[in-house]
Amino acid sequence: MTGFFADTLGMGYNAGWFTATIVGILLIALPLMLSVAMIIYADRKIWAAMALRRGPNVVGPFGLLQSFADGLKVFLKETIIPSSANRGLFLIAPILTFTVALVAWAVIPFGPNMVLADINVGLLYILAASSLGVYGIIMAGWASNSKYPFYSALRAAAQMVSYEVSIGFILISVVLWAGTFNMGGIIDAQRGNIFGIVSAFGLNPLLFPMAVMFLISSMAETARAPFDLTEAESELVAGYQTEYSSMSFALFWLGEYGNVLLMCALNAVLFWGGWLPPVDWAPLYMVPGIIWLFAKILIFFFIFSWVKATVPRYRYDQLMRLGWKIFLPISLFWVFLVSGYLMLTRYS
Amino acid sequence: MGIAYLVKSFTLWEFLKAHTLTLKYFFKPKATINYPYEKNPLSPRFRGEHVLRRYPNGEERCIACKLCEAVCPAQAITIEAEPRDDGSRRTTRYDIDMTKCIFCGLCQEACPVDAVVESPNFEYSTETREELIYDKAKLLANGDRWERAVAANLAADAPYR
Repeated sequence: MTGFFADTLGMGYNAGWFTATIVGILLIALPLMLSVAMIIYADRKIWAAMALRRGPNVVGPFGLLQSFADGLKVFLKETIIPSSANRGLFLIAPILTFTVALVAWAVIPFGPNMVLADINVGLLYILAASSLGVYGIIMAGWASNSKYPFYSALRAAAQMVSYEVSIGFILISVVLWAGTFNMGGIIDAQRGNIFGIVSAFGLNPLLFPMAVMFLISSMAETARAPFDLTEAESELVAGYQTEYSSMSFALFWLGEYGNVLLMCALNAVLFWGGWLPPVDWAPLYMVPGIIWLFAKILIFFFIFSWVKATVPRYRYDQLMRLGWKIFLPISLFWVFLVSGYLMLTRYS
Repeated sequence: MGIAYLVKSFTLWEFLKAHTLTLKYFFKPKATINYPYEKNPLSPRFRGEHVLRRYPNGEERCIACKLCEAVCPAQAITIEAEPRDDGSRRTTRYDIDMTKCIFCGLCQEACPVDAVVESPNFEYSTETREELIYDKAKLLANGDRWERAVAANLAADAPYR
């Protein structure tokens, strides 16, 4: 795209690069916000259907515009800042959460060469960005100067840190297998990964348990349903969002679902072939890669909603036990297993 | 912790079973009705918003006996009465505070002339609290509006009384 702006429009390299980057950011961020709105609707619909309810079905055809109606409602509300809150942090927190949720999308490849920042350490960048997400929540909990948000922030911090450890080890086994930190490289490594036909690390018997663990960890990382202790409404009112209203609340919401979508995309990219068709067969490449990626993201989002509708919330000690006493040893062992296997086969 | 337990927990067996169940439910017909467009049938004894009824000739039924006011456990009804020009005893004030009312139906039971009746209407939400303090005019207007439904319900329930 830089070439188009620099040469075809005659802007020169620097201006062309700048415009191309801005356009690229907008091309990712705007559709992302639209899809967050639609995905919230889908979440509510799926959840409702599994509880034998109808879900939103009044605003627009099949209730498709429900999220926009909610957004408009929230937009028209008054922003209330508690008198004892730390104003600056209180207002920065939702912005930070939202920004961090958007920032990680820069390295997700949407198709061959369709990536905003094709950096060599894409996976590390994602780890860094998703670790930053906890700051928004901690700041929100602390700045609210209210007990429930503060409890929630402490829980969120401990939860995200615990699961990031095992996520790190899971990602290392993927990186070992792919031989690169670059997201595009990881996807390329999956092409015809199994018997030269199926393109997915997830179906590799050695990496399949990692794929499942990554799926579960990503639910914990985004504080989704079975692990949504940060906003356990029976205990903490609404968690760190308790004191928020209006657009600051909406930004938390957008950030949360943006993170969920990001984790779905990561599942798709790291373990299920990203924009590659599931089977390495020429006619399937007629379908653009972005469609395959979106289909995989949607499947993973369905799984997220499905789990939300099925599994009751974990107790906090169960959550910690799962993270530290089960996932961490298994993923550590698996790194050992994968590297040992690669030592014996690929690098011997 | 036997081998069977380990295998079960590491294959997420219970989770898989639960998710198959919810997936089955996902495709089942919905149990909820489509509320504003579909409504559940109501019993003739349904106790909703109050009405004050009139006789077919337009004369209001209420004779200001104040039995409803006396029986009301929530003390939601306030009545003031004096003789009208033609000498009949009528209410000058008949207020029901709908925010106090507990919809027990005792006023309806107490009424000797079937004047105050709870109609089948339950969709009368308001935006302010004040709108829920009904006066006589509002109750009589309700009566004119819901007379057919109220009369039909009373007739349907009559054999059981």
